[in-house]
Amino acid sequence: MVTDAGVEAATETAVVADHPAVARLRERFGDQIIAMVTFRGETTILVERESVVEVCAFLRQDPELRFNFLSAVQCCDWLGHEPRFEVVYHLLSMERRDRLRIKVGVPETDLTVPTMTTVWSTANWFEREIFDMFGITFVGHPDLRRILMPDDWEGHPLRRDEPIGGEEVAFTS
Amino acid sequence: MSYPEGLTIAEDVPGAARATEPGRRHQELVEIERPAEIEGLMTINMGPQHPSTHGVLRVVLDLDGERVIDARPDIGYLHTGIEKTIEDKRYEAAITCTDRMDYLNPLGNNLVYCLAVEKILGITNEIPKRAQYLRILLAELQRISSHLVFLGTSAMEIGSMSVFLYCFREREKILDLFEWASGARMMTSYIRIGGIEQQPPDGWFDGVRSLMAEMPKRIDEYEGLLTHNPIWKERLRHVGRVSLEDAIDIGLTGPPLRACGLAWDLRKTMPYSSYEEFEFDVPTFTEGDCYARYLVRIREMRESVKIVNQVLDRMPGGPVLINDRKIVPPPKEELASSMEAVIHHFKLVTEGLHPPVGEVYQAVESPRGELGIYLVSDGSNKPHRCSVRAPSFVALQGLNMAAKGHLVADMIAIIGSFDTVLGEVDR
Repeated sequence: MVTDAGVEAATETAVVADHPAVARLRERFGDQIIAMVTFRGETTILVERESVVEVCAFLRQDPELRFNFLSAVQCCDWLGHEPRFEVVYHLLSMERRDRLRIKVGVPETDLTVPTMTTVWSTANWFEREIFDMFGITFVGHPDLRRILMPDDWEGHPLRRDEPIGGEEVAFTS
Repeated sequence: MSYPEGLTIAEDVPGAARATEPGRRHQELVEIERPAEIEGLMTINMGPQHPSTHGVLRVVLDLDGERVIDARPDIGYLHTGIEKTIEDKRYEAAITCTDRMDYLNPLGNNLVYCLAVEKILGITNEIPKRAQYLRILLAELQRISSHLVFLGTSAMEIGSMSVFLYCFREREKILDLFEWASGARMMTSYIRIGGIEQQPPDGWFDGVRSLMAEMPKRIDEYEGLLTHNPIWKERLRHVGRVSLEDAIDIGLTGPPLRACGLAWDLRKTMPYSSYEEFEFDVPTFTEGDCYARYLVRIREMRESVKIVNQVLDRMPGGPVLINDRKIVPPPKEELASSMEAVIHHFKLVTEGLHPPVGEVYQAVESPRGELGIYLVSDGSNKPHRCSVRAPSFVALQGLNMAAKGHLVADMIAIIGSFDTVLGEVDR
């Protein structure tokens, strides 16, 4: 079982998920589902990186779950843990008024995740932002360029090992 | 709901039959050729200093004559690393950073951040009723002021200067109320973890009440200037259309989504901070064009006035901060007499809050749509990660879709109608 810093730590204060999506996903994807956690009433499902697009496409199509809307794709850096990065998909079902968080771990040795733009177009800019800020490559993304930082910028600002400040300031004595 | 009756130009202005057939202009513009097939395509920059872009937005336009073939927004000019800064600040100090994201909605940003921290602390249900109601009141005042800026600036860009002056007159009164309560017009930081910073001053509620009594008349004034105005309609109707499927696919929320016909409003559908206790409607239109987005916002201002009036009528007494000394510092008087209070104060000032390890996603309905915060705690006194789902960021993705096939002059109406705030887009 792949360990995950966030989920592993969160299990101390959390209970196992009883979300309706959990059983459906277990039944459909089996061992591709690594862990499930409920914390403060929110369910997080950790899935294998390779099958995340299929899992999300299934959650979108499934007539019982109907997670039709992707609120956001976000990323978190757990420097010193393995896998180092977590890419998080915040799904929303407008009909059922329910949220679900899908998470994949990304080890530092292989910074790639399959793109979610094939399921929701809204993932486009979110993935560009993660590419820009964390340096994770989204395989199959139609337009993977830096979005906020200048094109010639070196480094990825939101990584935990990028210093805050650290740039030389002009005009100080 | 479709347009209010009597809103076709032909009925309003006798003889003005220029653009009466709905969709005529739209029909002309569909089925444009692909860029590669067009000779002499011109690429120009709109912005980053263009006055109609509400900040520093650059749009690269591919033009065939005056027709937009492709519009590619280029953002990042206002990137200030707010998410990175928040990671380096303690939970209570990061509130000031949230003010600076969406500068037309600082109280809404305070609210979503504080709700997220409260959720991760597990104290969501302990917030005093008075604080919850005050938060609603402040958020709705903020919504009115934000929509007033939208209305004023987008009308000015289209050529109606006077609307701008009307709108900013009322916005100024709302900002005065914020200044009266919090000391700051824009960077308020008035909503705090555990409630509201302090009780509003004496007479403040009367000030709100008198402004709310005036507001419906003022909104009638704006509508009188714009809603039936043939130029305004000609510039906005059938311009920048987005279908509901596209809107959901691209992730639009807030007024642009409701203008496509879906009554999705987080205040109603996934209520927070006691919104479920108040009566209000979620205005929707099905056209999905700039005019529908304008009408949605006008209606929303009226609904906000309704909510504020209900809150004022039902405002309970009592404290505005929770009584948990591990989260909120003790009142100053106690420090002189209670050793325990001094210890709590010392611990909070030197260490701050320590939420349990975990992660939450909290979303509120900002004037621009779903404003979400994904907050990750590693158990320390600083957020491990505070990632913002900015509605304007997502809405700008839809710009190309809405602008394709329209004229350059329509770009101004379209950018205005999405009501993006670049401070929030770039963070």
